[in-house]
Amino acid sequence: MDLQIALLLGQDGIVNGAIYALLALALVLVFAVTRVIFIPQGEFVAYGALTLASLQIGQTPGTLWLLMVLGVAVTALDAPALWRQGCRAGPKIYGLIGRQIAYPLVIAALVLGAQPKDWPMLLQVLLALAVVVPLGPQLYRVAYQPIAEASVLILLIVSVALHLALVGLGLLFFGAEGSRTPAFSDASLEVGGLTISGQSMWVVGASLVLIIALYAFFERSLYGKALRATAINRAGARLMGISTTLAGKLSFLLAAAIGALSGILIAPLTTIYYDTGFLVGLKGFVGAIVGGLASYPVAAAGALLVGLLEAFSSFHASAFKEVIVFTLIIPVLVWRSLTTRHVEEEE
Amino acid sequence: MTSRQLLIVFVVLLGLGPLVLPEFYVTLLNYIGLYALVALGVVLLTGVGGLTSFGQAAFVGVGAYATAALTTATDLPTWLLPLANPWGGLLVGLVLTALIALLLGVLTLRLSGHYLPLGTIAWGISLYFLFGNLQFLGGHTGISGIPALSMAGIELRDGRHYYYLIWAVLLVAIWLTHNLLDSRAGRAIRALKGGVVMAEAMGVDTARAKTTIFLIAALFACLSGWLYAHLQRFVNPTPFGLHIGIEYLFMAVIGGAAYVWGALVGAALITVLKQWLQDLLPQLFGATGNFEVIAFGLLMIVVLHRARDGLWPWLARWLPEKSALAGRHMDAPPLPRRPVPIAGTPLLEVKDAIKQFGGLVANDRMSLHVNAGEILALIGPNGAGKSTFFNLVTGVNPPTAGEVRFMGERVDGRTSRVIARMGMSRTFQHVRLLAGMTVLENVALGAHMRGKHGVPSAMLHLEREEERCLLAEAARHCQRVGLGEHLQDAAGSLPLGKQRIVEIARALAADPCLLLLDEPAAGLRFMEKQALAELLKQLRAEGMGILLVEHDMEFVMDLADRVVVMEFGKKIAEGLPHAVQNDPAVIEAYLGGVE
Amino acid sequence: MKIARSLLAAAVCTALAAPALADLNVGVVVSATGPAASLGIPEKNTIALMPTTIGGEKVNYIVLDDASDTTTAVKNTRKLLTEDKVDVIVGSTITPNSLAMIDIAAEAETPMISMAASARIVDTANPKVRWVFKTPQNDIQMSTAIVEHMINAGVKSVAFIGFADAYGEGWYQEFAKIAEARKLKIVANERYNRADTSVTGQVLKVLAAKPDAVLVAGAGTPAALPQKALKEKGFKGAYYQTHGVANKDFLRVCGKDCEGTFLPAGPVLVAAQLPADNPIKKVAMDYVGKYEAAHGKGSSSTFGAHAWDAGILLQNAVPLALKKAKPGSKEFKLALRDALESLKNVTVSHGMVNMSAQDHLGFDQRARVMVQVVNGDWKLIQ
Repeated sequence: MDLQIALLLGQDGIVNGAIYALLALALVLVFAVTRVIFIPQGEFVAYGALTLASLQIGQTPGTLWLLMVLGVAVTALDAPALWRQGCRAGPKIYGLIGRQIAYPLVIAALVLGAQPKDWPMLLQVLLALAVVVPLGPQLYRVAYQPIAEASVLILLIVSVALHLALVGLGLLFFGAEGSRTPAFSDASLEVGGLTISGQSMWVVGASLVLIIALYAFFERSLYGKALRATAINRAGARLMGISTTLAGKLSFLLAAAIGALSGILIAPLTTIYYDTGFLVGLKGFVGAIVGGLASYPVAAAGALLVGLLEAFSSFHASAFKEVIVFTLIIPVLVWRSLTTRHVEEEE
Repeated sequence: MTSRQLLIVFVVLLGLGPLVLPEFYVTLLNYIGLYALVALGVVLLTGVGGLTSFGQAAFVGVGAYATAALTTATDLPTWLLPLANPWGGLLVGLVLTALIALLLGVLTLRLSGHYLPLGTIAWGISLYFLFGNLQFLGGHTGISGIPALSMAGIELRDGRHYYYLIWAVLLVAIWLTHNLLDSRAGRAIRALKGGVVMAEAMGVDTARAKTTIFLIAALFACLSGWLYAHLQRFVNPTPFGLHIGIEYLFMAVIGGAAYVWGALVGAALITVLKQWLQDLLPQLFGATGNFEVIAFGLLMIVVLHRARDGLWPWLARWLPEKSALAGRHMDAPPLPRRPVPIAGTPLLEVKDAIKQFGGLVANDRMSLHVNAGEILALIGPNGAGKSTFFNLVTGVNPPTAGEVRFMGERVDGRTSRVIARMGMSRTFQHVRLLAGMTVLENVALGAHMRGKHGVPSAMLHLEREEERCLLAEAARHCQRVGLGEHLQDAAGSLPLGKQRIVEIARALAADPCLLLLDEPAAGLRFMEKQALAELLKQLRAEGMGILLVEHDMEFVMDLADRVVVMEFGKKIAEGLPHAVQNDPAVIEAYLGGVE
Repeated sequence: MKIARSLLAAAVCTALAAPALADLNVGVVVSATGPAASLGIPEKNTIALMPTTIGGEKVNYIVLDDASDTTTAVKNTRKLLTEDKVDVIVGSTITPNSLAMIDIAAEAETPMISMAASARIVDTANPKVRWVFKTPQNDIQMSTAIVEHMINAGVKSVAFIGFADAYGEGWYQEFAKIAEARKLKIVANERYNRADTSVTGQVLKVLAAKPDAVLVAGAGTPAALPQKALKEKGFKGAYYQTHGVANKDFLRVCGKDCEGTFLPAGPVLVAAQLPADNPIKKVAMDYVGKYEAAHGKGSSSTFGAHAWDAGILLQNAVPLALKKAKPGSKEFKLALRDALESLKNVTVSHGMVNMSAQDHLGFDQRARVMVQVVNGDWKLIQ
């Protein structure tokens, strides 16, 4: 293996690793706030990419119907409680109907009536995000909020069930065959004989921006601080007037946005299938766990490590790629487990 | 009807099943049996032991592949020929599984928290791809032509015959697991969920307990794989992948991960539901779409919303209550006790112990001693380092410097399990009971070190005599601390003050000569405090040494022989209660300085 | 426990509607979900287009999805045999599932027509294969066509990159065998997973080996990824794909990067381009027309045609068997098996079938054509 190949593999590993890192951050975020190991994170990758692809070829993405159905479901779940509060809850009811009924209808009108096929790509991307991202908080409301206090194991199993349902829906919406979308830019950069495509720069750049944005969000903004407070101590946060429900929805909104955006970013680089999400999400999960489901920078580093391991092992022994990647993860885990010594504290 | 009669009815129904049921029901029941066997391991591992594993399907694969490879290979070396039959395959599969499980156990069971589930995903995926890439295992395409099993001259080709084998194996496995959990070794395993610190303080070798359940779960999975291979007569990697591993976990949780029968309920529900959806949905939605998995996922979410602990506890409400066990234990002979040290002999001697966490000195040159037959109270404001000192003495967090002696031996650097074995028992400031277990069982866990029967005899219930003695001992301690009428109550159902008393009973059940109590009186009412003081005085009179951390000054001053006061990790005073009470340094520490 | 038991019984009971006795029952097992869904779905769709009577008998098709999993395939097969009392089984989509079903079908003495590729399924050295037939061309037949084409095009060395599953494995084994016999050097053997997002490592390895040509062995759209990556990294040699890619989605995803790619395929792929005197043309056009009328223009695929061909075999064999016995009987199943084995000169959408005791596939050279991707469409080249 010469330097050229090593550089190419490194580049490939970093691009994939950047996507895993984004997903790892989303997983850490969701887990820290809600204790949910969000296996369906990967489905947002597929939904984001395939929704964009559908819009671009002039088809109606099935995710639109999901958005509307979930909107009705959330309204049905939330409205009775608001109704009982009487007139005080008036604005809240309007807000609920606005978000869950009117918004999906507006989006549907745009998708069906405004020919998004001919729009500039940026607007198409925004529309795809507008369809997919609200699914995050909707799913939180429907699947997780009723059992928010259950054990991590139960929440995990709910995640598995939700993952199964969403993959099934993905097959129904988008079919078994994959899709690609056109690149954001055709530009490419020559660095020391190495061609770096514009799209991979987009991926790495967007990941960096998102990571910094998340950092700023958690360190600077009030919502971010509230989320962190919930992460550290749920009961305490509630006592301080921070709604754990709101925190949960917010974290799912961010996770859905990150997932869908990741999908849209890599769709020009690779083919996305209805079930792509699981494996991509799993690798993000590896990164997240290496970061102890708590540390954002370590999670990102872990995800990069997975990307690089994958690139180099697929060069050396492609048939054994997964064996190599996952076997090498074990010593890393042992090392992490031994170095992050957390004795169950007494006080 | 008692639960025993119900069980008999169930077994009889199972036995009649193949004679009356249509053939496909028998087929389904065969698969249910196979899945339940794996899910049973998951119950033991995840529901009882608290170790989440996604990788059980890989062990099923080892079992299936071992027998498949051995029974179909054509050019085996001669020394392997005696193993080239299903029984050889079973043997090799079990040995191989045990070896792999031990190796993986050594590597991954050390993993704490969320590292463990990921570790199981990692080896689950690795083994799966290994199956697919080894040509002598048929690669991704698989091995066909695996022979049917023959037993006693009958070839088990017919699903109805095979049914009896599967369900016999499953029922035996359930029986063994049931026995195990209802024993000393089982309590040790169940203690894992209460945290390593508590379990080790009870003298449980947690690493060994984890390895044990990991091994048992892996062997159950391997057995299921062996049965699968000879039922299916074809193996390829897909049934042993991560998705199926997740599904086994799924079954256990849906059925009720903390219950032995939950494994069976979960396996049955998921198998039948999938079948049912496959038949029903095309009638509802037409034959073109594929709605099964969507409906399945949604239904499972609904089930989990309605029954968080799985379906078994929900079903068990209709089952007869277990016959009361109270009073059954009192006739067993008492356990042998350790020699009581003569009053006045030094039990615990701490000299210049230092505990540093990074730059923070939590304990600074602490020295104190406790003698047999005396009560020493350790007091001080919040954050003075009392709990750190407890951890340092009991071996949870060894001191950075200095020396700790117990019964004349150096114990700093020894594990809490070893120290506990030498006769030091403790309670915890934050109660650490197993909320779902009865008071009696919790207290019996304290007597863990006084029994010796291990897992094999527990599984076969060969240790009933010892078990009776242990339970009788536990019951006596419960009576003594005044919990006589709560023996069969779930520990978590008691008020917090009573739970502290359960902790004391648990500590006493270990037959200690030194008792360390961390705020035992917190949350007690006046009468209960008086009873506790009475008990401690009695124990002192019997020659026990007691180190007491407590905030309730009245309680301390009435009871203690001597008092040590800590502030900022240092000892600031020591002496008789009334002398300490008047010590200006102490007054300053508590009242913030009096001129 | 009793409750669990009665729940179980009730749940299963409601699910089972016994089919009428005298009808011909065809059990179908397809991989309509899971990794092989892109193959299984068109097969499932095709079943719905099949005739509902054969030889005057009403035909019931009972279609079950095996989720690309062998355990489910076997479970479904047992259900079809014992509950639905089917007279014949069609399926499954992929090789491992079909292999797993052989024992079950043979023991129930029920004929089975597989829709999977591997020659192992109809290896008549195995006595159980007496009951097993199949409709897709063997890998080996397709491999031979590719090697032939490569040799004629002057290719001396070739790199192989295939799925890390039974499909890629089967192809490599057959292809390597023939390549060796024809002195074609395989300089790289790489694998990737269907859902992989990157194959850079494999592609670099292939490039480093400097082959004259590359063979990608994948099915459906996932087969486009290595080819696109190779194009991007500047591989100038010839590209070959397998018949697994033969659907319109592959062309959509691969786009201009697949221009000039060669692949062997069943004639149905280029039905309209077949010469008018080719009897296959009529049958193939008939299938394509029916499928596209139901599912839209350009939606037909060669996979669905394998199911269609299984239907044609049945339409030819069932009337023969009906002369000997009534459906639903053991004798009928045996007669159907014998009839299937005796089929001669039956035209199906993928070729001409001549079955014999030694050959339960029955295809000859007419069952495959070489196709090139030209202007974003399939073009018959020989």
